[in-house]
Amino acid sequence: MTAITARQVTKTFGAVVAVDRASLDVEPGEVVGLVGANGAGKTTLIKVILGLLAPDGGTVALAGAPPSRRTRRRVGYVPQGLGLWTDLTLPEHLSLSGDVYGHDRRDLRDAALEASAAEVVGALPLGLRRRAAFEVALAHDPDVVILDEPTSGVDPLARSRLWETIRSVADHGAGVLVSTHYLDEASRCDRIVLLADGKVVAHGAADALAADRHAVQVASDQWEQAWQRLEAADLAVLPAGRRLRVSGARVDEVRAALGDLDAEVTLAPATLEEVFLEVTARSGDG
Amino acid sequence: MTWGVDNLTVRYGGQLALDGVSVGVTPGSVTAVVGGDGAGKSTLLRVVTGLVPPDGGQVHRPARSRIGAMAEVPGVWADLTVDEHLAFVADAYGLDPAAADDRATRLLRRADLIDARHRQGGALSGGMRQKLAVVLALLHEPELLVLDEPTTGVDPVSRAELWRLIGHAAAGGTGVLLSTTYLDEAERVAEVLVLDRGRGLLRGDPGEITDGRRLEEVVIERQQEAERERGRNREVAA
Repeated sequence: MTAITARQVTKTFGAVVAVDRASLDVEPGEVVGLVGANGAGKTTLIKVILGLLAPDGGTVALAGAPPSRRTRRRVGYVPQGLGLWTDLTLPEHLSLSGDVYGHDRRDLRDAALEASAAEVVGALPLGLRRRAAFEVALAHDPDVVILDEPTSGVDPLARSRLWETIRSVADHGAGVLVSTHYLDEASRCDRIVLLADGKVVAHGAADALAADRHAVQVASDQWEQAWQRLEAADLAVLPAGRRLRVSGARVDEVRAALGDLDAEVTLAPATLEEVFLEVTARSGDG
Repeated sequence: MTWGVDNLTVRYGGQLALDGVSVGVTPGSVTAVVGGDGAGKSTLLRVVTGLVPPDGGQVHRPARSRIGAMAEVPGVWADLTVDEHLAFVADAYGLDPAAADDRATRLLRRADLIDARHRQGGALSGGMRQKLAVVLALLHEPELLVLDEPTTGVDPVSRAELWRLIGHAAAGGTGVLLSTTYLDEAERVAEVLVLDRGRGLLRGDPGEITDGRRLEEVVIERQQEAERERGRNREVAA
């Protein structure tokens, strides 16, 4: 049974259409990334999926049933603010969750959490606090897992460990929806749903979204000059190491803008971020 | 390298916040300090801007008035408009009002804040506040721009605009030192320093230190080594 189904979901606040006929599916065992700029409608859509907001149109199903208190028991949710009580320890959180959901899970999955079990979670460093929030949200073995910006602020090793947990949750059969505005994070998902102005503007695997899209790469010893000329030509230029990258432009346009400047101009596969900027810019124009 | 720190050590009470860290910033290029929460990024940046005195090592920086800085929590006042912020900063640095206004207009246009000139700081979104803070730090054309996590919590559209402001400043000859928790951002810069619990884990041109691998892979490997070493040291101590 599909873990999450959203069909033509619309939600308005007064004259503002926050979510506009958005549809998405999350199958058991897969991780889907919900990506959008601030104000694109990610949080509203998640609240509708969780049953915290009633949609004005469309339908939502969690493990086959509309959101309710009963389906809520099958959902694990980690909000951006983590939703922990800062003055309780992790074992206290687990015991509380055990009383609410009726489970007796008390063991901690890793040594670092074990070592700090006596401390209140408010005193833990952010990386551990995030792991603690995962433990609490996953303790009742949910079929549907929803994570809002799950790894922001942590170092690369902590991030990779959090992703190992996300993967293992999906491998055990849960459907996982990850909301993020970091494209690097989104690229770890099996599929991506891009949201702009409340609408789904693109969806698919990261590779498929970036396929056949390119950016123009410029290498020059006079990079300051190159930057100024590209900017003067109104091209979307960004720094990339010792090079520059221009998205949404053709090689000949870039060459023309550079004029007589000594520079190597090549075509490179677009990053997911460049795809996002291009797709959302187009939706903004239309 | 013109600016930066050599073998920098900082202690807070008995705790070593930075332990023999070195990093350089060259005019006309961007250096990134990468690390998670508590790695020592903010401490390093605050030493460079002169807010935290070093306990050991050398600091190379231009005169205070030639530095532009943005703190982790951008200093934007809720009840001042964007224009009032700019006028205040221009006045504080003793800039010619007409020239400052001209430069402010160009920076605001680049940051896509031009239509927000009359909005109060409290009415700006998080991304807009970060962009305004960078614009304010750039107004007096600093030689060294120091930005503490300018893109944290910022969406991809504002993030690209922030990087355009940063790139533009570097293209104009400014040396930029910024911190981030994201390694994909470190791949945008000329020099990177990866910090882990106050120690330098990796340093150099991201293109060179990765040797064809992903920067993330290399960093995780080093972090695991450092973790094992800490484990061994604990055993020895016990």
